Order: sequence, then structure tokens, then C-alpha cells
Amino acid sequence: MLSFAFKRLLAAIPTLLVLITLAFFMMRLAPGGPFDLEKPVPPEVRANLDAAYGLDKPLIVQYASYLGDVLQGDLGPSFQYVDYTVNELIAQGFPVSLKLGFSAMIVAVFFGSIFGMIAAMRQNSATDYGVMTVAMTGISIPNFVVAPLLILVFAVAFGWLPAGGWNGGAWQNMVLPVIALALPQVAYVARIMRGSMIEILRSNYLRTARAKGLPMRQVILRHALKPAFLPVLSYLGPATAGIITGSVVMEQIFSIPGLGRFFVQGALNRDYTLVLGVVIFYGALIIAFNFLVDLLYSVLDPKVRAQ
Amino acid sequence: MSTSAANVLQDAVDGDEIVQGRSLWVDAWRRLRRNRAAVTSLVILTVMLLICFAGPLLAPYSFDAVDWDKVATAPSLSDGHFFGTDSVGRDLFVRTLVGGQISLLVGIVATAVSLLIGTAWGATAGYLGGRVDAVMMRVVDILYALPFMFLVILLMVLFGRNIVLIFVAIGAITWLDMARIVRGQTLSLKGREFVEAAQAMGVSTRNIIARHVVPNLLGVVVVYVTLTIPRVILVESFLSFLGLGVQEPSTSWGALVNEGAREMESSWWTLAFPASFLALTLFCFNFVGDGLRDALDPKDR
Repeated sequence: MLSFAFKRLLAAIPTLLVLITLAFFMMRLAPGGPFDLEKPVPPEVRANLDAAYGLDKPLIVQYASYLGDVLQGDLGPSFQYVDYTVNELIAQGFPVSLKLGFSAMIVAVFFGSIFGMIAAMRQNSATDYGVMTVAMTGISIPNFVVAPLLILVFAVAFGWLPAGGWNGGAWQNMVLPVIALALPQVAYVARIMRGSMIEILRSNYLRTARAKGLPMRQVILRHALKPAFLPVLSYLGPATAGIITGSVVMEQIFSIPGLGRFFVQGALNRDYTLVLGVVIFYGALIIAFNFLVDLLYSVLDPKVRAQ
Repeated sequence: MSTSAANVLQDAVDGDEIVQGRSLWVDAWRRLRRNRAAVTSLVILTVMLLICFAGPLLAPYSFDAVDWDKVATAPSLSDGHFFGTDSVGRDLFVRTLVGGQISLLVGIVATAVSLLIGTAWGATAGYLGGRVDAVMMRVVDILYALPFMFLVILLMVLFGRNIVLIFVAIGAITWLDMARIVRGQTLSLKGREFVEAAQAMGVSTRNIIARHVVPNLLGVVVVYVTLTIPRVILVESFLSFLGLGVQEPSTSWGALVNEGAREMESSWWTLAFPASFLALTLFCFNFVGDGLRDALDPKDR
């Protein structure tokens, strides 16, 4: 177990390094710098600016110092939000995004698993086809189309819920973005759960459990649920990535002051350090989460544990 | 024995056309034709391609011409603005079709890029095996763990919002899945007799990969291509929705949905038409992909 964790950790570190290196050199290879304004600044001012941000040193030195800073958790100052560091902006925006994303994740796993289980237990019935068609719709219709529609129906037409804003994370403000964010993931989880559940329901040990007279409820809960859930667990890594990306759009549509909104604003304003910092931060988060999922998987699946 | 079966047997004895057997593709095509959802989707997609590329040529308006008398007018058949006009008076029908051209082009071209890189990479790694394979797949693993949407956005920010760059960036990132799938398939093909025969005849490694391994991968690859196209279209529309994709006056479905979402309370049609075109296309591609998978891989059913 410990050596497995160690091996996984060794695999995660190069990924992180590649990410930082790639992002850094992409940024430096790009034409135009952050101080290329429409009205050029005098060369003396420019030289001072470059010196202040270390842009006058050789590329490799800049890279080494950036890498050093990042490894110590310092992502540097923001170019656009003067007087703010990227760390401060992340500290401000991330809790909001986390709350949104975490809720969406819970909704996705819970409802996705239930729908998938129902479809699997009534395989090839009308219920099954119904659930799977809805799932296909959830996958096909992008959430940035679903979100405006939800706003139109529940906020504009009926006026039940606010059309946007965060309001400190009140539940009324969270309902619509969480639904829109979770929908495609509910669909994916349902499809995965259905597939693995069908396989498990056909297995010999499950037939044994039913043959010895256990009620169906107990067969499912005690014997089928855990193995059927494993593929869903390994989907949680991609699901996190999907929710983080989706949250970027949702925060835009619902005007939620989260990290995704900072990111898009930064991208549109060419705020290099902010964009770079958020890419690295989210990248590290996804890598860390994948690592956790791998560990959890090895705890739950004896086959992996034995390796 | 029924008469028809007897006839078939008789034919088999008499002529040789029946004995020829059916290739994987003929077989798959027969199965696909029975899948009503997939066939319908295929028809819709063909029609979609036709009207997106031919429609703007026939329409009376240009996609970037402003009709000052008709700003944000509702759809009407009488004045030729079938889908209405947008907030600056451009014909939405033509804009939706032109946007569709961009979205479909991105989908197809970027998928082709990923197909080329992915197949070459996966087939080489799988066929050569050993240390080369380990290193090549390690590279794929590392890239796979990167938050790719964010890297594409970073690329757009740094190098400008250029349509060619979108093609390349998306294509260069979606090849990872392709490489993994192709590698797995190659591993199982490698030990087959026809490959051994080619080796025994002294065919070079490169030719074995190109002539004997890759053609036999086509089944899996075709399925995966149909499922990659909608993913790529989705990524492009995501970028354009955020304002990081195609630039005005050019447009794509994602950009149109973005404009429509801002205007939806006053003019519903600016959201409804591009959004339904986008959703319908993604829906159909997914159905065709699922249908192809069932048709080409019957053991999965």
C-alpha cells in the first residue's frame, strides 16, 4: 500500500513539472508582452518595469526563479489587478468555486449512480431507454446552452430563483448553477454505473446471493453496489476536470465571483501571471485529486491492492 | 429445413458469390442500418453539412451585412430573414449556417490532426513494444494528466485568437485517447499470423505498421473518430462562448450561443436557433458513434 502510494506520487511529480515548464515557456514564446499597450511607454519606464518584474534577465534564470517561487507556493503578482498577488486572487475566488464544484460533484455522483442503477436493474425496459436517452441529451447539450435556458424558465418566466449573483453562497443562488454544472456529469456517471451494474448483475457470485434467498434490496446494497461503483470512482478524476472547466463558464453566466471568473477576465485582459497561476493551481489540484482517487481505488479494489 | 435456407445452400454449392463471405465492413453496415437512431442521425448530419456549406451561397443575405431597418426582428418568412436578425441587424439564418461551417470544420480538421498523430504514435508504441513503448506511453500519461482546456485557453491568450491555432491546439490534445486505444489494439494484432508472415518475408517495420497493422485498426478508429468530432466541436464552442475562440465578424455556434444568451429575454430566436443546431449536431454525432460501436464490436452488446 505504501509503496503503491509512493509510486503514484513519483508519477505525479513529473506531470506537475511538465505542466509548469510548458506553461512558462509558452508564455515567454508568445509575441507581445503584458506592457505592450496601445500607447507605448517611454523606454526608461519600460526598463524599470522589466527590471521590477525580472523580465530583463536571461530566460533560463527567469525560469529557475519562477520554478523556485512556484514550488514554494508563490505565484507572483498579478499584472492587471495592481497590488494583488495571484495567491490573494486565488484565495479570494477559490472558496466560491470549491463550494460550487463540490456541490455539483455530490449531485452528479448521487443522482448519476441512482439513475444508472435503476436503468441497469430494468435493462432494455422503457425506463432503461428513457434514462439513457436523457443521459445522451445531458452529454450532447452543452451546459452553456442549458444554463441560459434554466435562467429563462426558473428566473425570468417563473421568478422562483435569482438569475445570477452569489450572495455569499445562499442556496437559492446555488441551485441553477449547480444543476447546469452537474448535468453532463450526472449523464456520464449514469452511463458508467449502468454498464458496470449490468456486468455485476450477471456475475456468478451475485446469482449465488440471489439463489440463497436474499431479498433483492440486500443483494444490491451488500453485494453489487461496491464493485459496481469502482468504475465510477475512477471516473471521478475526469469528472473533476470537467466540473472545474464547466465552472469557468457557469461563473461567467451566473456572475459568480469565483476563480473561473477571474481566470476568464485575466485571459481576456492578457493578465499573464494570473492565467499562468490559475492553470498551474488547477493543474496541481487535478493531479492531486487523481492521486487521491488512485489511492482510494487501491483501498477498495483488492485486485489493484495485490499488485 | 426451410426453402430459403435450402436455396442459400444450393447457391453456395453452385456459384461462388455467396461463398465469398462478408467482410467486417459489410457486416457492420448491415447492423448499423438496423439501428434506427444511428441511421436517422446520419441522415440529419448529411443534411446539416449540405445546408451549412451550400445554404449561405443561396441565401439573399451575407453573414456580415447589416440590415439597418431590421435590427433584432423576429423570424419571418416574408422578408427572407427566416431565423430573424441579431442585435445589429445581421441575418441570423446565414450566420447560423456560417457558424456551423466553422464549428464543423474545426470538428473535422482537429479530429483529423488527432487521428494522424494518435494512430502513428499508438501503432508505433504498440508494435515496437519494450522500452520505446514504455517511454512513449509515459509521455501520453503525463500529457493526459494536464488540465488541457486551461492550456488551450492559455495558448489562445498568448498567441492570439487564431482559427488555425484552435485547429492545431485541440487536435494536438485529443490525440492522447486515440494513441491509447490504437496502442491497445496494436498489441493484440502484433502476434497475429499475417504480421508474422510479413515479418518472415522481410517486410520493413515501417511497412508492416503502415500496411498491415494500421488498416486493421480502422474499426476502432472510426468509432473513436465519430465520438471525437462532437467533443472537439464542444471545445471550440466553449472557447468561442467565452470570447476566446473565433473573432468577429466570423462566427461559430459557440459564439452565436453566447450572443443569444445575452439577448434571450428580448429576442429568444438569437439563442434558440444556434443552440438547437449545435445540440442537434452533437446529439447526432454521439448517436452515430454509439451505433458504429455496436455495429463494429458486436461482443459489446
